Amino acid sequence: MPNTRKPLMLSGLEPLIITKNINFVNIGERTNVTGSRKFLRLIKNEQFDEAVEIARDQVLGGAQIIDVNMDEGMIDGVKAMTTFLNLIASEPDIARVPVMIDSSKWEIIEAGLKVLQGKGIVNSISLKEGEPVFINQAKTIKKYGAAVVVMAFDEKGQADSLKRRIEICSRSYNILVDKVGFQPQDIIFDPNIFPVATGIEEHRKNALDFFGATKWIKENLPYASVSGGVSNVSFSFRGNNTVREAMHASFLYHAIQHGMNMGIVNPTLLEVYDEVPKDLMNYVEDVLLDRRDDATERLLDFAENLVGIKKKGKKLDDSWRNEDVYLRISHSLVKGIDTFIELDTEEARKNFKKPIEVIEGPLMDGMNVVGNLFGEGKMFLPQVVKSARVMKKAVAYLQPFIEAEKSEGKQFAGKILMATVKGDVHDIGKNIVAIVLSCNNYEIIDLGVMVPPEKIIEIALKEKVDIIGLSGLITPSLDEMVFLVKELEKKKIKIPVLIGGATTSKLHTAIKIAPNYTGLAVHVNDASKAVPVASTLLGKNKSIFKNTILDEYQKLRDDFFKRKVEKRFISLDSARANKFKINWKTTKIVKPNKLGIEVLAIEDLSILKDHIDWTQFFRSWNIYGKYPDIFNQEVNGNEAKELFKDANLILEKVIKEKLFEAKGVFGIFPANSVNHDDIEVYKNDYSNQVLGKLITLRQQSKKPKGVPNIALSDFIAPKELNMKDYVGVFCVSAGFGCDELSKKYEVENDDYSSLMVKSIADRLVEAFAEYLHKMIRIKYWGYNKKEKLTNEDLIKERYIGIRPAPGYPACPDHLEKETIWKILDVENNIGVKLTESMAMWPAASVSGYYFANQEAKYFGLGKIDKDQVQSYSLRRKIKIEMAKKWLNPNINDI
Amino acid sequence: MNIEENLKKRILVLDGAMGTMIQNHNLKEEDYRGERFINHSCALKGNNDLLSITQPEIIKNIHQDYLEAGADIIETNTFSSTSVAMSDYQMEDLAYELNYKSAKIAKEATQKYSIKTPDRPRYVAGSIGPTNKTASMSPDVNDPGFRTIDFDQLAVAYKEQIVGLIDGGADILLVETIFDTLNAKAALYAINEIKEEKEINIPIMVSGTITDASGRTLSGQTVEAFNISLSHISLLSIGFNCALGANQLLPYIKNLANQSSLFISAHPNAGLPNAFGEYDQSPEEMEILIQDYLEQNLVNIIGGCCGTTPDHIRLIANLAKKFSPRIPKIFSNA
Repeated sequence: MPNTRKPLMLSGLEPLIITKNINFVNIGERTNVTGSRKFLRLIKNEQFDEAVEIARDQVLGGAQIIDVNMDEGMIDGVKAMTTFLNLIASEPDIARVPVMIDSSKWEIIEAGLKVLQGKGIVNSISLKEGEPVFINQAKTIKKYGAAVVVMAFDEKGQADSLKRRIEICSRSYNILVDKVGFQPQDIIFDPNIFPVATGIEEHRKNALDFFGATKWIKENLPYASVSGGVSNVSFSFRGNNTVREAMHASFLYHAIQHGMNMGIVNPTLLEVYDEVPKDLMNYVEDVLLDRRDDATERLLDFAENLVGIKKKGKKLDDSWRNEDVYLRISHSLVKGIDTFIELDTEEARKNFKKPIEVIEGPLMDGMNVVGNLFGEGKMFLPQVVKSARVMKKAVAYLQPFIEAEKSEGKQFAGKILMATVKGDVHDIGKNIVAIVLSCNNYEIIDLGVMVPPEKIIEIALKEKVDIIGLSGLITPSLDEMVFLVKELEKKKIKIPVLIGGATTSKLHTAIKIAPNYTGLAVHVNDASKAVPVASTLLGKNKSIFKNTILDEYQKLRDDFFKRKVEKRFISLDSARANKFKINWKTTKIVKPNKLGIEVLAIEDLSILKDHIDWTQFFRSWNIYGKYPDIFNQEVNGNEAKELFKDANLILEKVIKEKLFEAKGVFGIFPANSVNHDDIEVYKNDYSNQVLGKLITLRQQSKKPKGVPNIALSDFIAPKELNMKDYVGVFCVSAGFGCDELSKKYEVENDDYSSLMVKSIADRLVEAFAEYLHKMIRIKYWGYNKKEKLTNEDLIKERYIGIRPAPGYPACPDHLEKETIWKILDVENNIGVKLTESMAMWPAASVSGYYFANQEAKYFGLGKIDKDQVQSYSLRRKIKIEMAKKWLNPNINDI
Repeated sequence: MNIEENLKKRILVLDGAMGTMIQNHNLKEEDYRGERFINHSCALKGNNDLLSITQPEIIKNIHQDYLEAGADIIETNTFSSTSVAMSDYQMEDLAYELNYKSAKIAKEATQKYSIKTPDRPRYVAGSIGPTNKTASMSPDVNDPGFRTIDFDQLAVAYKEQIVGLIDGGADILLVETIFDTLNAKAALYAINEIKEEKEINIPIMVSGTITDASGRTLSGQTVEAFNISLSHISLLSIGFNCALGANQLLPYIKNLANQSSLFISAHPNAGLPNAFGEYDQSPEEMEILIQDYLEQNLVNIIGGCCGTTPDHIRLIANLAKKFSPRIPKIFSNA
């Protein structure tokens, strides 16, 4: 059977791995009613708090495991074991170590196994009642998950010789490993430590036999450990601790050398072998190692002189007790030590004018430290719960002083209703908050979990509570909270509501909850904040607090809604990976009829007239509706008619008198996309000289499955495919003459006509762009010679290919115009200039690109994220600040 | 194919969130009730496990979506199907039926896909949640020795759940989202008893939850202590799920993978919840994080917990194909 040959591994809250390198593990013996009279008394009197302190002393004193024994006729062992283990489970500094459940009663052992979270040890089982019982018990222990101590005991009795020890241990081992399937490393033998120096001849070899058995076990029973109750050996010297400790030190020294790797001891009283006086050690070892016939007498004589020298237990680090009271209180809270808290609270109370100030000052400060440590992951929940308990003890101590003060008219306590909202069953956090609040003198009405809103409202009114505390862990609870405050609002209730729980947030409270409630809704992010919030809410500064909260939440809302349009982003790399994919193997690339630059002027503007988008024209005058249906609209229908009439008067005049000059330049060039987002524009079919690089921007918001993150470059074949593709750029203007005419009307104080001129120029240039695009499709590029589209179709962009323009949704980057100007030499060719802010002059001008691929489509870039801005600045070769300035409206600023 | 054999060959993919998918349906109280529970005494909205009885089509479709996305193992809709957890809805008596029904729905779905992709058999993992009570901690700080539930009560409730899962056709038992190891030990105890009584052998996966920044379970155990505490029973895999996103969970999985000779599983959340309690890590974002797990050869079973969707699982499944599974240090049947 391929077992994992691992060392003995045990656990409390933390692991204990007993490797070969660990030569000895201390098992604390004082939590044993048969070995400690004090512990027995405490358990009998149900003084569990003090009993728990004994366990703590053992662990702080160095115990790596604690042995717990409740075998006493006057005690209900099952109950005592369960209660005690449950109690120490709540003490993280004790529960960190594994537990040894020590009992000769099977029902007590099983009760212990049922409350151990970690992997402990059962002490013990044996063949005393025969093999079937032994096997059964071992199997059960295996099911609970624990290691086991096996006593050298069988049907015939306890092993008292080396031979019997070997015989029983060997038999037990084989049964456990072969019949039960027990992991050998989980077997610990106790080959019986019996007293020496009893005066009985047979007992002289007790220690030596133990050592011998230990050695044999380690050599013959692979992976098994050896343990034992060390104090047994010195039983004859009860009352003489000096001798006993020397004997334990010596016994352990030798036993460990023989292979004993664990032992039940009092770790706080462990003497170091080398520190025992030589003469004493000599007498002790004569006995232990059976070196002389008169060894016992000699030791007894020597021992008499030593009686009365009392030794103190190992000193714990209590230097913190010398600190300032403030620090001491904080230390007690953080460490969860309640021993000194009343003492320190009393001292602090004398330093303050009012007892409540101790709570508000040092105690709450200490709890804030706890809260912060928890937030940083330096404390964990069971520790925080302990801190809360120390806090409670301090508060309880102060309670009478606070009560006594009440006659002075000061009222601190309030009544707080606590509930986990409907549909949610989580209450750990809520319970902690309830405790912290109750520790601070608030009366808590805890309605538990899954509390329907009607009940919360009913009880809140009936009990006249001061505050309602709502908690929830799961997402739907957030909606329940919103629902509840709406109900409160309907009923005109103004009780402040505290919102808490893992999914809640200040932002959610500010945006979804607070606006629905004129009573106050405050988010409380952790238990330590509950008290300050509650006390301020009920204190004299409540209106200031309320206003502060309202302001804060208003600001959160403002910021949020400002940003709300922004969506969620993916990285630029991910966006590139999700680019718009054209199948370059099958797509049709049409070689343009004419490559290179072409300049043109429109002599007769009437050819543009049919291309005017009148709907857009009306929109610029703030009249909304589709042309020509707009004339029949009830609202503004007549205004539209008037406007149309006036516009046509001026338009006719412009056409007839050739008042505007329409000029354009365009060029179609070989091109390829490079590095995903850029387009290199080449001089001609024969030269790969780059005339300019178009830098496009890529959509970066998170898209639903199957929806790409598009950039204009996606519509051009990538360079690495070695495919020839093409792109066009253009600039058209109908604005020459517009300013003059507009000015003329202005001078005549005819602002209406002045504006009309400008808006007609705007429509004319758009019409020009539309017209030129059509000519590109059917003639200059000629990729769709048979196109037959109405003006309506054009407006609806039913043509193949696109003509996006810098400054518009698909490419909001105005700096692209510089590249277009460079490629087409726009200014020299047609006289349209670029201002410093990249505006075109004359204003009635349009510039842009032509993409001919049949899959090319218009899109909006939306917001981009910082990584793209970074990438853009490098590609554009401008500083990041400049890039941010130019792209600002499109940068995600969350 | 035996799942253990399969796990040696490749990384298996566990499905994603059930709750998140159910939430997308925006079901109302009456949807939860169906016809059968129209007059039930308390509110049932939020009792997702009940949907296996009242809206089986929804559950089946979710399973199918995950199978289609490439999940090898799907979890039954039984996270809270114990009498203990169901007491919140006064439905204690329904525990067996819920588990049986849920396992059956899942089994039907996997069988369909196992036939479709015979080289890739699909498995049903019976989901065994932690219940809503904890055996190691007191809800009352003033009474630290108090417990709302004990080992025996948990073991009885788990037994009922597990028998339902096995009868309904579960191929694996998954004790998951363990926040208190003692609860999990009770579940394992129950499994052991059933194995003995029914004389069956069914693989067991366990998955704990690291709840806070201290790197411990809610009940205070470290990763090592957690691992040791569950070492007494023969397990198929051990791992962590829930509470954290893939990047926060990574160090703990690493730690566990270092110590364990078992197969390792991880099913993290889609990031941490945002201010509105929603998980908004995209499939692509999560994919990048999961790639870390695979490149470091840490896992044998990978999937998603809260906030993950078939889209997440699809990317994870595609990614997992490209990597070889972790080889546990020592193969152990012990």
